[in-house]
Amino acid sequence: MPADAPRSAEALAEAARRRRRLEAALPWLVIAGMFLVWEAACRLFSIPPFILPAPSLIAESMVKWWQPLLTNAWATLVTTFVGFMMAVVFGLALGVAVGSSVLVYRGLYPLLIAFNSVPKVAVVPILVIWFGAGFWPAVLTAFLISFFPIVVNVATGIATVEPELRDVLRALGASSRDIIAKVGLPRAMPYFFASLKVAITVAFVGSIISETVAANEGIGHLMLVASSRFDVPLVFAGLIVTGIMGVLMYWVAVTIEERTTGWATRGQNDPRLAMGG
Amino acid sequence: MTAHPPPFVQIHDVAMRYGGVEGTLALRHATLDVADGEFVAVVGPSGCGKSTLMRLVTGLWPPTEGTVIVAGREVSGPLSIAGMAFQNPTLLPWRTIQANVMLPLEVVQPHRRQLRAQRAEYVAKTRDLLRLVGLAGFEAKFPWQLSGGMQQRASLCRALIHDPRLLMLDEPFGALDVFTREDLWDVMQAVWMAKKPTVILVTHDLKEAVYLADRVLIMSARPGRIIAERHIPYPRPRRLDQTYEAEFQAIVHELRDRISEARKGEVADAR
Repeated sequence: MPADAPRSAEALAEAARRRRRLEAALPWLVIAGMFLVWEAACRLFSIPPFILPAPSLIAESMVKWWQPLLTNAWATLVTTFVGFMMAVVFGLALGVAVGSSVLVYRGLYPLLIAFNSVPKVAVVPILVIWFGAGFWPAVLTAFLISFFPIVVNVATGIATVEPELRDVLRALGASSRDIIAKVGLPRAMPYFFASLKVAITVAFVGSIISETVAANEGIGHLMLVASSRFDVPLVFAGLIVTGIMGVLMYWVAVTIEERTTGWATRGQNDPRLAMGG
Repeated sequence: MTAHPPPFVQIHDVAMRYGGVEGTLALRHATLDVADGEFVAVVGPSGCGKSTLMRLVTGLWPPTEGTVIVAGREVSGPLSIAGMAFQNPTLLPWRTIQANVMLPLEVVQPHRRQLRAQRAEYVAKTRDLLRLVGLAGFEAKFPWQLSGGMQQRASLCRALIHDPRLLMLDEPFGALDVFTREDLWDVMQAVWMAKKPTVILVTHDLKEAVYLADRVLIMSARPGRIIAERHIPYPRPRRLDQTYEAEFQAIVHELRDRISEARKGEVADAR
């Protein structure tokens, strides 16, 4: 038995490595599989390209129109990012206010919920009347759609500070500002970053909605123009580019989250946990 | 000058009611004195207002009636000369043990002002304190990398780092297993002998109260007041094996009987 032990340990390690490799490769395999099935279905049932273009046609279109795709994707990215950053600043500030004051919470929360229930498509025409078609309506739509999850999460993180911890600090003479700075905000960070992942993806939705209603550039505008010319492969190319951008932004948010709030996921022996507080 | 200096903590005829005029009465006619540097344990049936007493003394809540005087002054707001530790260690998971222990220094004056300039000295002091409770070498660890007993040691350090003259402990060892708890009793004894703060320990463990305190106070059922007290004659340092001696056991039994009487009173009141 003891002689077997090292070998079986090795076998276990090998199995673990294989599993990790599989886990890393799995997303790519699933995506490739989806495109394969899609391609096969289009060919097998000879679906007309203006209904559902095959991935190969979409790829062709992407190569052909790479320049407008890139410039418009960049425009959407900038719009989304500006709106998202506004949402982060505003959402953090409002979240701290709502989370630390019962009065603000009681007063503001119903309004916030009502506001969040309004479909943002309906707001875009108003924004266009105010700011004209183009950059600002898209930025503001991205902002309006993405600040709500940030507010709710930050407020939850701050409002759920343990009462005993609050007592320890208050008994030392800490002001409520001290308590928010030392405990509330750091404690809200995991909630905040979790909300960023949601916020960044819905911010994309916001700016693209606005671009399809009224804009001169952006991936939404490109798709609108393409569909009016019945260039369905280009519409799909736009959708795929949007999806890629969404995944990239999500990944950025996750990376930041892991680096700053590793303590919340209890990542044992993680060398990145070197923050002093 | 005087042979008897005034008590460090004076609670005189204090009542505490929660939630307005119709609310629960947690304390009534509560009176107790604690001398400077004395170690007092408060025991009583559960729900008798022990924790309320603690919050009154630290100035977290004002009493509904009566006066609380600490260090010669009536308490009207939070006291930064007090340190607190609870049953739950409440360490901050994003801070290392050292940074957790140093938290009060970032809040309490004059340390808050001096922290940046004299950081090295404060760190040295923190490390000394951690060594005293047996946590040397764990400064850079995070709380969730430590066992419950070790977290509680760190929590004690956090309560002590700003050299409080008054240490308020609310069942700090209540959630630990027996062996860890006994270890921490000795840690507590060592800390007290080294720093000589005034300690008020709220506990429901009679053995713990008798082992650690100079004087054990017994509270009645709610609304709580001090109904009896018992001096513990043993010199320090006390040893754990003393807790198995007949005399020690007799004291514990005596306290137990008095608390049973207090609980009977509670039942009689309810009728």
